[in-house]
Amino acid sequence: MTALSVTDFQAGYDPDLPIVKGVSFDVQVGEAVSVVGPNGAGKSTLVKAIAGQVICLGGRVQLGDDDITGAPSHALARRGLGFVPQTENIFTQLTIRENLQIAAELVPASKRADQIDKMFDMFPDLKERPNALAGALSGGQRQMLAAARALLTDPPVLMLDEPSAGLSPKLVGQVFDTLRRIHETGVTLILVEQNVRAALEITTRALVLVDGALAHDGPTEALRDGKTLGQLFLGQSPERAQA
Amino acid sequence: MSFQAIIDGLIAGTTIGLGAIGLTLTYSILRFANFTHGDFLAWGAYLTLSVSGFLGGLVASLGVTTPLGPFSFGWGLPVSLIIGITLTILLTMALDKLLFGRLRRRGADAIIIVMASFGASMALRSLLEFIYTANPQYLTRELQIAEPLGLGMRATPDQLLTIGLTAVLVVALNLFVTRTPMGRAMRAVSENPALAGVYGIEVQRVIRVTWIIGAGLACVAGVMSGLLVQIRPYMGFDLLLPLFAAAILGGVGSIPGAVIGGLIIGLAEAFAVQIFGAEWRAGVAFIVLVLVLLVRPTGLFGRPS
Ligand SMILES: Nc1ncnc2c1ncn2[C@@H]1O[C@H](COP(=O)(O)OP(=O)(O)OP(=O)(O)O)[C@@H](O)[C@H]1O
Ligand SMILES: [Mg+2]
Repeated sequence: MTALSVTDFQAGYDPDLPIVKGVSFDVQVGEAVSVVGPNGAGKSTLVKAIAGQVICLGGRVQLGDDDITGAPSHALARRGLGFVPQTENIFTQLTIRENLQIAAELVPASKRADQIDKMFDMFPDLKERPNALAGALSGGQRQMLAAARALLTDPPVLMLDEPSAGLSPKLVGQVFDTLRRIHETGVTLILVEQNVRAALEITTRALVLVDGALAHDGPTEALRDGKTLGQLFLGQSPERAQA
Repeated sequence: MSFQAIIDGLIAGTTIGLGAIGLTLTYSILRFANFTHGDFLAWGAYLTLSVSGFLGGLVASLGVTTPLGPFSFGWGLPVSLIIGITLTILLTMALDKLLFGRLRRRGADAIIIVMASFGASMALRSLLEFIYTANPQYLTRELQIAEPLGLGMRATPDQLLTIGLTAVLVVALNLFVTRTPMGRAMRAVSENPALAGVYGIEVQRVIRVTWIIGAGLACVAGVMSGLLVQIRPYMGFDLLLPLFAAAILGGVGSIPGAVIGGLIIGLAEAFAVQIFGAEWRAGVAFIVLVLVLLVRPTGLFGRPS
């Protein structure tokens, strides 16, 4: 069964200047897919456009059987497409609890408290000072809050844009352990990641985006060989691509 | 120097503070300086005046204008105010639908929206002059005696009522914004509207609520000013500078800040009048505005961006 289907998709910030230039792929329910590629390739633009944050300039996006092309992001959040942006992904002027409470508005009132508690159990760091402003959290804790916010609604499909960016190696390990656990509960995962090696650990399939187009779509196994990746990253040495 | 300036300042400050709340909310949630906000006060006052006149003509026998207790107005005024608030809200919604909303959807720069609001302000003001003429009008003709409050201060029951009503409204609104899901959503949208959508917040709904609160309070402020002073087509325009000064002094986005800013501007005006003379009143808000922008641009309760 297809969880997300993207067909000849074009998107960008300016109608005359598509950044994502005709991308097609399907993600099956329960699959974990990574999106990799050099800086500026359009990875963030692709996931933002799927999530309704960037103007869609052509093509089609389907969530399950529903056509969601051009749907506003709040509607997508309600339909079960979780999205964690790369930057500015929490409300720093609100408390940790308030961040979770906003997300909890999407679940039935009777389940809200339980879902928030579940997230506090999954991310104990957040439970320590739930009434502190989220802006006081460290970089790693912010990523956890961002993930917790998205997970709270039990979305069938979760897209994360570089959840490990700027984290220490130890925290990267922690974030990826969490993502693996989440994936094991049956959540379909789409993961944009610079940290290719880590991403390939938990995903079974990789999309390589170069200059707004898909340069490769296949099992991650094939990309374990740094050379392939380097070649696909056009002009980047394999060492840099893997760093 | 007499303590009366404190009472005068507080009374003027309540109108400025209530008006500044709407301004600060539109500024932080819709992200533009809304020059029509002053005219919402004037329109609120005139709409309430019209409803009150209509009501007086319709059911004069029911004593709509017979003064309620110590106050100068009858039960017709509170009823008219509620209808006036509703009409003011409809006016702002219509303006948003016809003008601001269109510009927003087109992704217009903030400066374009500000200029549009400037034009709309002139149009709304001229329309008032056209419909009601430039002659001042009054919500009540009753004379009130100012009661002594001690220390040589005096205030009329109407004046004390406006101070009390402002306090109640501000406390209620602050509870709404800090404790309810919609209040949370408003704070979220003011920090980052794109992220609010990702969290599942329908930004359009939050914008609607912002107009409702801003227009409602503008109408109350206009009616209070009309009750204590008079109603003129330029009343809102004349309040624009104090409104902006209060919102910026309080810190853009802060509701208690807007009210405290309003009270400070009102008090500063009252003392300036007493010390330097009435011709200095208009300059006070300007001086405060410039000083805040130079010394502490985030205002008293503003968050650094
Ligand atoms: N908000 C924006 N407005 C206009 N152009 C943008 C915006 N964000 C990104 N771009 C442009 O879109 C292109 C793709 O950027 P994008 O952020 O999607 O790349 P990316 O693959 O996610 O890069 P990174 O690995 O650095 O996160 C870049 O040329 C960038 O300059
Ligand atoms: Mg990116």
